[in-house]
Amino acid sequence: MALDKIGIAKRIAQEVQDGTYINLGIGIPTLVANFIADDISVVLQSENGLLGIGPFPEEEAVDADLINAGKQTVTTIKGSSLFNSAESFAMIRGGHVDLTILGAMEVSEHGDIANWKIPGKMVKGMGGAMDLVASADNIIVAMQHTSRSGDSKLLKNCSLPITGIHCVKKVVTDLAVLDILPEGGFKLLERAPGVTVEEIQAATEGTLIIEGEIPEMEID
Amino acid sequence: MINKEVRNADEATHDIVANATLMLGGFGLCGIPENCISALVKKGTKGLTCISNNAGVDDFGIGLMLQTRQVKKMISSYVGENAEFERQLLSGELAVDLIPQGTLAERIRAGGAGIPAFFTPAGYGTEVAEGKEVREFDGKMHLLESWLKADFALVKAWKGDKSGNLVFKGTARNFNPMMAMAGKITIAEVEELVEVGELDPNQVHTPGIYVQRIFQGKDYEKRIEQRTTKL
Repeated sequence: MALDKIGIAKRIAQEVQDGTYINLGIGIPTLVANFIADDISVVLQSENGLLGIGPFPEEEAVDADLINAGKQTVTTIKGSSLFNSAESFAMIRGGHVDLTILGAMEVSEHGDIANWKIPGKMVKGMGGAMDLVASADNIIVAMQHTSRSGDSKLLKNCSLPITGIHCVKKVVTDLAVLDILPEGGFKLLERAPGVTVEEIQAATEGTLIIEGEIPEMEID
Repeated sequence: MINKEVRNADEATHDIVANATLMLGGFGLCGIPENCISALVKKGTKGLTCISNNAGVDDFGIGLMLQTRQVKKMISSYVGENAEFERQLLSGELAVDLIPQGTLAERIRAGGAGIPAFFTPAGYGTEVAEGKEVREFDGKMHLLESWLKADFALVKAWKGDKSGNLVFKGTARNFNPMMAMAGKITIAEVEELVEVGELDPNQVHTPGIYVQRIFQGKDYEKRIEQRTTKL
């Protein structure tokens, strides 16, 4: 069965390594924070100027001056720091953030990502996404494998305006975990429980590389 | 110390005239110059170019200046959450330049720091790169981006002293410090205006040299866009 959003977040949480600084995008990536193992210590970066994002506040502790990049009220934790937007993106572009997890509308087999604009629809802007994808060494994309109408979102080439090129290394979808190889192509690593290789193949427009037995994801 | 105190937002913004270029601090509705925006709406100054990360919501922040059709151009990174903005954009009444957020922050910082241009990897290979010089550094491609400056920078701080030193709170800092640097005239509104000497110099975020006018703000609403609490 295909994973729900929680399942995707749980699987990505397994990729998180101890002692790292992480930027989580809006949507499924934000959920990942809930499933990081207790024995792992990470610091979450918020592009609007906070390192060390804490949990949502108690009702009486809500502070209009303390929000995350999704404009939700948050808290600080012990060891948090605050800074301005230029410094925040200095951290991002300077390669100091170890892992970026973000959503996408499309990903190509070359690691290109499209997640900011649909021609003909209202353009809201790229926010910090272009800076993040142009800079991060380690980007994991969380997304549905296909669109609501059933079209593959893992493509040979992105059809939508792109956010960045040759940047995505790993994709976790409701159907599969895949690496994007430096020479191009989606290498299938794991299947969602009960999903067959054939189903993944049918849902993938880009080149799918299948070597040997493909294990099922292990998710609690 | 030089005393930069003015009485209120009306006095601080009195010489902002039609077709001026403004910078307005804030991320979403967090850390926005509420008093100066109200004063501009009251004044009705038209044809403004506004450099701000976001464009407010329909009935708050820069959204108030959109309702009164005072803005001719927005330079921002993200402009969702605003139906009036969308209407004006689609009807051609409003122009918009969308810029990657880190590039926007650095262009403003550069404007204040006397750096006319810099290279950044953000936007390479995308439509943001159209018409821009590209150069390779250490095997990676970068775009040339130029500085941004403004006739007036409108910033909001938590505390300030009468010589213009500013202290910000939480994530309300965001774009405010760089905009303070990049305004020809920087107007700071603060929740608490104190006498010179009352701020600890070790804690000052924005040195007063960047600020030309400062006033004690009032009636801060500090609206929250996504009030989220523990379940």
